Order: sequence, then C-alpha cells, then structure tokens
Amino acid sequence: MTAVAGGLTPEERLLKETVREFAAKEIAPGAAARDEEERYDRSLFTRMGELGLTGLPFPESVGGAGFSYRAWTLVMEEIAYADMAMAVSLSVHILSQFPVVTWGSDEQRARWLPEMLAGRKLGAFALTEPGAGSDAAALRLSADRVGPTEAPTAYRLTGTKIWITNAGEAERYLVFATVDPAAGAKGVTAFLVEAGTAGFRFGRKERKLGIRSDTASELIFEGCEVLVANRLGEEGQGLRIALSALGEGRISIAAACCGLAQAALDAAARYLTERRAFGGVLAEQQGLRFMLAEMAQRVAAARALTRAAAEAKDRGEPIAEASSLAKWTASDAAMSVTTDAVQLFGGSGYSREFPVERMMRDAKGAQIYEGTNQIHRLIVADHVLMRIKGE
Amino acid sequence: MHIVVLLKAVPIVGTERLGPDQRVQRGQLEANGNDEYVLEKALKLTEANGGEVSLLSMGPASAIDALRKALAMGATRAYHVQDEALAGSCIRGTVDVLVAALRKIEFDLLFVGADTSDGLGGVVAPAVAARLGLPYLSYASEIRASGTGVSIDRLSPTGFDVQEAASPAVVMGTQLLGEPRYPSLRGIMQARTKETTTWSLADLGIDPASVGEAGATTRFIGSETPPQRSGATVVKAPPDEAAAAIVDFLATRRLI
Ligand SMILES: Cc1cc2nc3c(=O)[nH]c(=O)nc-3n(C[C@H](O)[C@H](O)[C@H](O)COP(=O)(O)OP(=O)(O)OC[C@H]3O[C@@H](n4cnc5c(N)ncnc54)[C@H](O)[C@@H]3O)c2cc1C
Repeated sequence: MTAVAGGLTPEERLLKETVREFAAKEIAPGAAARDEEERYDRSLFTRMGELGLTGLPFPESVGGAGFSYRAWTLVMEEIAYADMAMAVSLSVHILSQFPVVTWGSDEQRARWLPEMLAGRKLGAFALTEPGAGSDAAALRLSADRVGPTEAPTAYRLTGTKIWITNAGEAERYLVFATVDPAAGAKGVTAFLVEAGTAGFRFGRKERKLGIRSDTASELIFEGCEVLVANRLGEEGQGLRIALSALGEGRISIAAACCGLAQAALDAAARYLTERRAFGGVLAEQQGLRFMLAEMAQRVAAARALTRAAAEAKDRGEPIAEASSLAKWTASDAAMSVTTDAVQLFGGSGYSREFPVERMMRDAKGAQIYEGTNQIHRLIVADHVLMRIKGE
Repeated sequence: MHIVVLLKAVPIVGTERLGPDQRVQRGQLEANGNDEYVLEKALKLTEANGGEVSLLSMGPASAIDALRKALAMGATRAYHVQDEALAGSCIRGTVDVLVAALRKIEFDLLFVGADTSDGLGGVVAPAVAARLGLPYLSYASEIRASGTGVSIDRLSPTGFDVQEAASPAVVMGTQLLGEPRYPSLRGIMQARTKETTTWSLADLGIDPASVGEAGATTRFIGSETPPQRSGATVVKAPPDEAAAAIVDFLATRRLI
C-alpha cells in the first residue's frame, strides 16, 4: 500500500509483515472503543512483549532482539497504522529504556532492563513540569542529597511532573530532577524510580484531545528517597541523557506519524472509490484525486526523512538535526493528511462512527510532544548556522 | 523426537496470477497456510516433549522467504530442494523428489498440511507415505506423539476416530489443530544463523530429465477463465444491517 517499500532486508520485510498482521488482528479492532472509553489496555502491551516488540531495537548484548533502528521505524508505522495511542505508549516505553542501555552501569542494566525488554514492566519518561516544557533546563523538581555532598547515599525528590505518558500504568519511571536549581542545565540529573516508592504518587490524569486510550498524568514527589544506585549517570548529566534519548524518540514518533497518515490516506482512498455522487464514484473527481496525490506526497516525503534519520542512527552518525526534520515533517504530514481525510469523508468524516476523526485528533499531539515543532525549527536553524560558521 | 514438516511456498493468497503459459506465476511467495497449522502443532509437540522440527520444501529460490518465516516461528533447520529443472513438475515428479530428500533425513514423524492453496491435488502426502512404506494418518484435528508412536483424532462425519501408528509415520493435519503463532521477532534475527541445506537434483541422485516439465506424466492442455456470472446480490451496508439483509434473503427462500 505504500509508495516506497524497497530497500528492506528479508528480516525487515518479515518483521513488517508480522507486525502488520498482529496489529490488524489484535490492536486495530478495539481502537475506537478504547478511545471512546479512554481506556488503556494493558493486555495489548503484554502481547507486544510476548511477540518481542518491547525490546526490539536494542542490541542482543543487553537482551534486545538486535534489530536496526530502521527496523524499529517499520514497527512503529505498523502499530500506528492500527492505533496511534498504542504506538505512542510503546514508543515512550522504548524511549525510557534508551538511557539505561546507553548510560546505565552493568548493575543498573541487569536490574532495570530485563523485565522492560520482555514487556512485563512498562516504562515512562518524566521530563516536563508545569514550569518547564520546551525550556526543559528550567525544571524545578529538586533532588536533595542525603549524606555527604561529595558522596551522597541517596537523593530526596520533591516536586511535580506533568503530561507523563504511560503514568499510572507504568511501573518504571525515568525521572529528571535538579541537584541545584541555580545551576540550570548543569544541575539536571536522571533517576530510576519505581512506582510504589514511598513519597511518589500520581496526580491528575490529563483529559486529552487525542490518543485518549494512552494515559498521561501528573507525578507527585514528596520527599521520595531514591538510593544513589538509582542515579543514572553522574550529577549534571541529566539533560544530555534526556536530549540524546529524545533524538531516538523523535525518529520513532516520526515513524508513528507516517503510519497514522498512511492509515488516513488509505481510508480516504477507499472511501472515494465507494462513495457515489454526480453519476459516478467520487474517485473520478479530479479535484479530489489531486488531494489524494498531495496526501500521498506528504506521506512519502515524511517516510523518506524518517528512514534517512533512522539509517543515520544505525550508522552511528549524529541525529539531532535529522531527527528534528523527520519528526517535524512527519507530524505536520500526519496532521494535514488526517485533516484532509476528514474533509474527503464529508459529514461522515466528522462522525465518531468513522475512524478518520480519531486519526485527526490523534495527529495533533505529535506536533507538540517530544519537542514542539517550533523547537525543531530552532534545532534545525542551529545546525544550519553552525555549518555556515564552520565554513 | 524429530518431526519433519513439508512446507510449500505458494503465491501470496489473493495475488495469484496465471502467466502467458497458463501456469501459476511464482513471484512473491508465502508459506502455504495449511502447512503453518501442522508446523504449529509440530512446534508445540517438540516444545512439550523435547525434539526438533525440520522443514522440507521443494521450490524456487524465492521459497526462502517462506522458510525464513517458519524458522522464525521456531523450526530448527530447513532443507530446500531447488533446481532449475524442477519447474513444471507434475505430482509424480514432486513425489519422487520429496521421497529422495526424505530418504536422506532420519525422522520420527512427517507432518503435512491438508492441501495447498495453489495445487489442491491433495495426493502428494499419501503418495509420499506409500512410496516410503509408512503409515498415513489423515485429517487430524488433534495429534499426540510419544517416543515410539503417534495417535490422532481423525475427523469423521459423526465426530472423530482415534487412530494410532508406530513411528515413523506420516500425519496430515487440519486447521482444527489450532492457529499458527506469529514468528517471534527475536526468532527472525535468530533464523539468520539457522542451518538451511540446499539440495540440487544431483545431490538427490535424480535425473533432471525425469522431473520438471520434461518428465511430467500429466500434461497441461489449457485453461479458461470462468464466464462472468450475473444476478448476484451484493449487500453493502454496516455489519448489523448487512447481516439482517442476508438473513432476510435466505429466509424468504426458505433456506434457513
Ligand atoms: C500527548 C502528550 C504526551 C506527552 N508525554 C510526555 C512525556 O511522556 N514526558 C514528558 O516529559 N513530557 C510529555 N509531554 C509534554 C510535552 O513534551 C510538552 O508539552 C512540550 O515539550 C511543550 O511544552 P509546554 O507544554 O510546556 O509548552 P511551552 O513550552 O510552554 O510552549 C508553548 C508554545 O510556545 C512555543 N515555544 C516555546 N518556546 C519557544 C521558543 N523558544 N521559540 C519558539 N516557540 C516557542 C511552543 O512551540 C508552543 O507552541 C507530553 C505532551 C503531550 C501533549
């Protein structure tokens, strides 16, 4: 169904087919009802774990399945094609493991990863606060050292996170706090916190426009004590850790947007071949064919940038600019393609009886989370100017 | 326990096309659906009782995708008989090749699917059993295997018959054995390092002139597309309404 399908390895093709079949059979059928009821279905996450999706892009040396990141983008596309909310939940689960794979000690990896890779424990990534969104370095959740300043034995976390995807459902939280609010970015430090730790509870659940079957909630820390063994990396490395994981996360979200846009395009194309008006099917109207073509163009461009970014990661190249371009382009494509799909369905498009209005609602968030598309413009511009300076 | 599963790579169901020579074109292939059901049972039996599952396929190079999937589902190894001279083989030729290949493999049980989506002959498996002089148990809705033998529930018009045989034996299974699993994603990567043995006709000691188009004992005369039929009522409506319309249609004709 996609314009660009070539260039995959046999393993990637088999992976794509397998996930497509799984998503069509097990994820797509309940998507509308889960959205309506704002209900997260944990059993689907468990099924994804049994299949091997929850640890797919990590090397075999840490217990992953050893697939490339390009392969991961195929998975994201197929899951999002069936249900964007499930794709976002899974994407964040993977996002929350990246820092442990990259920055964790052997002991932390052995303790933290196996249950997450296997899909028995769900992960969340907690950066945003009421006063720190795009300006992540302004975060205020404090991590007060317990014991000697030079060699603390633990930290006490106090403050609030908001908009944390998977919160409430997840067992494992990667939490960014500051050991020194005055130090800005240099104070940010990452911690591994389990649900149920004393002093850590959930606040309000967000009532969202889209991806309503995935949760996003407030995290409240009231002097929650976290042992030094659960500090990821060194004090002050937190923002670097967060941003490097978000580079990967953005490619993953871009891929999900491609899948969502493709689903809307396919639904619209199918509808136009069935809906009759003016003595024929709507697909005969050139004005509408142009719309379909433009939708396909945006999906193909988004997919090309997403794949380019994933391949850059697989080659070990820097991905900050490529992942920003991919995520910005793909989320804009998803928004515009799903909006056009609603238009092409006419009144039916505006009805909750048909899937395209949900796709349109699901698309909007992707222009906001994992860096707003304004922030991605800033990142890309930085790279443009850096290259000019380097001349 | 060593179970060999016969696996045919067939054109992807729904995309089958006849070529100018009126033969089924073998472009992109997938594992024959019915074969995946017996593979699933073979995997379950060896997982529960120990043992290994091997795949045997005769087919073109592109059959490798179907074998890769079956290996990713959990089979241990694959034997792939591949030779230019095999194109256009009749059933007798196919049986010759499979029998020669099976003589090179030591096995306890041979599992086969009920039939293939592109062949529908349904005689390859019994012919293989006859040529190897092995018991043939068919239409199994359940298979139980022990170290020394096998017993099945054989579908019958009134329920099922229980049949038993000593190993080695050939068992033909139905879809009642249970849904095949998805390939495990870890399995997809592991399949890369699993052993796939490719045999040519020379490896099997078969004269190329005796198989393929040249050696075929049945000849293909021609084929025609069925004439367009008219008068069908197509119900296009949401599921509930459609179901009601179909029930009404049948009821007015006293068919239900
Ligand atoms: C569905 C959803 C799920 C989320 N999941 C998570 C999660 O799992 N973990 C997590 O930590 N966070 C999560 N978030 C939070 C998300 O990352 C933030 O909402 C996002 O980073 C924007 O921050 P903000 O909401 O504070 O907006 P602000 O930063 O206040 O931005 C408001 C507006 O100003 C623009 N803007 C801000 N600064 C600039 C600038 N310098 N130049 C130009 N424009 C600017 C923004 O683009 C935006 O349009 C999620 C959000 C949503 C909607």
